[in-house]
Amino acid sequence: MDKSIHAFLSINKQGVLDQAEKADREIAEKGLSADRPLLGIPIAIKDVLAEKGAPLTCGSRLLRDFVSPYDATVVTQLKNAGALTFGRLNMDEFAMGSSTENSSVGPTCNPWDYSRIPGGSSGGSAASVVADECIASLGSDTGGSIRQPASLCGCVGLKPTYGRVSRYGLVAFASSLDQVGCNTKTVSDAATMLGVISGYDKRDSTSVPRSVPEYSAALQSSIKGMKIGLPKEYFVEGMQPEVASSIRQAVEKLEELGAEIVEVSLPHTEYAVACYYIIATAEASTNLARFDGIRYGYRVDGKNPFELYCATRGSGFGEEVKRRIILGTYVLSSGYYDAYYLKAQKVRSLIAGDFTKVFETVDALVTPTSPTTAWKLGEKMDDPLQMYLSDVCTLSSNLAGNCGISIPCGFTDNPTLPIGLQLLGPPFSEETLLKIAGDFEQATDWHCRKPVINNAGA
Amino acid sequence: MQEINVQYVAELARIRLTEEEETRFGGQLSQILEYVDKLNQLDVEGIDPMTHAVPLVNVTRKDEVQPSLSNELALKNAPASLNGLFKVPKIVE
Repeated sequence: MDKSIHAFLSINKQGVLDQAEKADREIAEKGLSADRPLLGIPIAIKDVLAEKGAPLTCGSRLLRDFVSPYDATVVTQLKNAGALTFGRLNMDEFAMGSSTENSSVGPTCNPWDYSRIPGGSSGGSAASVVADECIASLGSDTGGSIRQPASLCGCVGLKPTYGRVSRYGLVAFASSLDQVGCNTKTVSDAATMLGVISGYDKRDSTSVPRSVPEYSAALQSSIKGMKIGLPKEYFVEGMQPEVASSIRQAVEKLEELGAEIVEVSLPHTEYAVACYYIIATAEASTNLARFDGIRYGYRVDGKNPFELYCATRGSGFGEEVKRRIILGTYVLSSGYYDAYYLKAQKVRSLIAGDFTKVFETVDALVTPTSPTTAWKLGEKMDDPLQMYLSDVCTLSSNLAGNCGISIPCGFTDNPTLPIGLQLLGPPFSEETLLKIAGDFEQATDWHCRKPVINNAGA
Repeated sequence: MQEINVQYVAELARIRLTEEEETRFGGQLSQILEYVDKLNQLDVEGIDPMTHAVPLVNVTRKDEVQPSLSNELALKNAPASLNGLFKVPKIVE
C-alpha cells in the first residue's frame, strides 16, 4: 500500500508483530487501563526522532546507515503508554523543506493526488495517518512542519508550546524553534497523544517544569463565550480563493457555536518569513556542524581533516541543506552578524510582542494554515524563496514559542484537495485550542472524508 | 543586489560545492538576501534581541557521574574506529 504514497522509510515488521502479541496478552490478562492509553495502538515516527535499534536517517544520505543507540524521551513515553512503534516516516532532509521533496530517497505523495506534494517537512507523518497506515504519528515542527502537511493532507496536526514536550533525542535543526508534536485523525486523538508526550524532562534544559493537565477533559466543555481573534494580516496576497472562503465559512461556524469573533492585527507578520529564515538557518548551520564524518554517519576520505569534512558534507548533504547551511554561515559571519542575525533577533522580539499583546484581548486566533492547497511535485523546487513563502501562516508561532493546531475545514472541488484551519494560542493554552478544535470537529464532517488509496501502487 | 561569495562561505561551512552548485546557489542566495533586506524597513532601536522563547534562566543540574553509552555503542555508528577510538586522517606531519 505504501508504494503509492511512500510515507515510510523503514518498517520493523517482526518487531511490531511481537509488540502486538504482547499487547494482546496484556489486554487479555489485565484489560485496558488509564495509564496505558495507547496500548496496542500502532504509531509511526518521523525519521528525526531516536528509537533504539531503529534507523535514524533524517531523510539524509549522510545518515543512511545510522542506527539509534537510545530512545528519544517521547519514544520512551509512547512505549510506556503501550504504543506499537513500528515504522519510520519520510521527511525533508533534516526537516528542511515544505514539501518532503528534499528527502534523499524521494518524495512522499499526497494521498488525495499522487502527483502532488504532501507538505513538509513531516510529509510522511501526515500522509501515513490520512492513508490509514497508522493511527497517529509523531512529527517535528520548526516553522510549520506538522501543521502545514496536516492541512495539505487533511488530518489534525498539533504543535505544542515550546518547552511542553521534550526535545531529547530529536535531531536538532533550529534549537530555539523545534518542537515535537503529532498528527492524528481526530482532535480527541491529539489530546490523548499530547497527554502522553508532554511533561518536564531533565534531559532537555529547555523543557518547562509544569504539570500536565488532563487534555482529554478539555474536550468536554464548550467554546461558548470564548473570544477568538481573526488576524487580518494572515489573509495574504496570493491566497487561493477557495482557501479564503473555506476559512470564512469555518469562522462563521465558530460564531454559530458560540464564540465571539473579533478582527485583530499582528502588524509585524509580513517580516516573519525574513526573520525566520535568518534565525533558522543560523541555528541550523551550527547544529549541523556535528555531521563531520568523524563520529557517525557517512564519510568521504580526504588527505587531511579539512578535505575530509568538505568532501563528506559536500556529497552527504542534499541541495537545500547545503543552501541553508551556507546562508546560516553567512548571516553569522564576521561583518554580517549585526546586519542580519542580530537584527532578526530584534525583529523576533517584535513578532513575539504582537502575540503577547493580542492574547491580552482574545483567547485564541483563527487563521488559514497554508495560503494554498497541495501543489504539484516539482513545482517550487527551483525557487527556494517561493517555497519559503508557503510557510507564511505557520512560522510566526515558532518564533514566538506559541502553540498551534491545524484541523480539516474544507475541500476544493476539482481536484479534491483538503484545506486546513489553524488555531493559535498563547504558551501552554493547548487545552483551549483542543476545545475549539474539538467543538468545530463535532459540528462538521470534514475529518470523515477519506481519499481512495490505490493499493496497486502508482 | 546583494552579492554573496559562495565559494568563501562554503569553505567556512566545510562544504565542497560543484561549480554548477556555486553558480546556482549564488543566484538563489542573492535573491533570498534581497528579500530579507525588508527587515531594514523596521526601526529596532532599543529593542532587545530575543534568543529564546521560554523565560528559563540558569538551568543547571548536579555534576554527578551517571550511566552513559558504552564504548562499543558509542563507536557503533562510526565510519572508522581502531582500538576503541574514532579513527581520523593524519592531523600532524
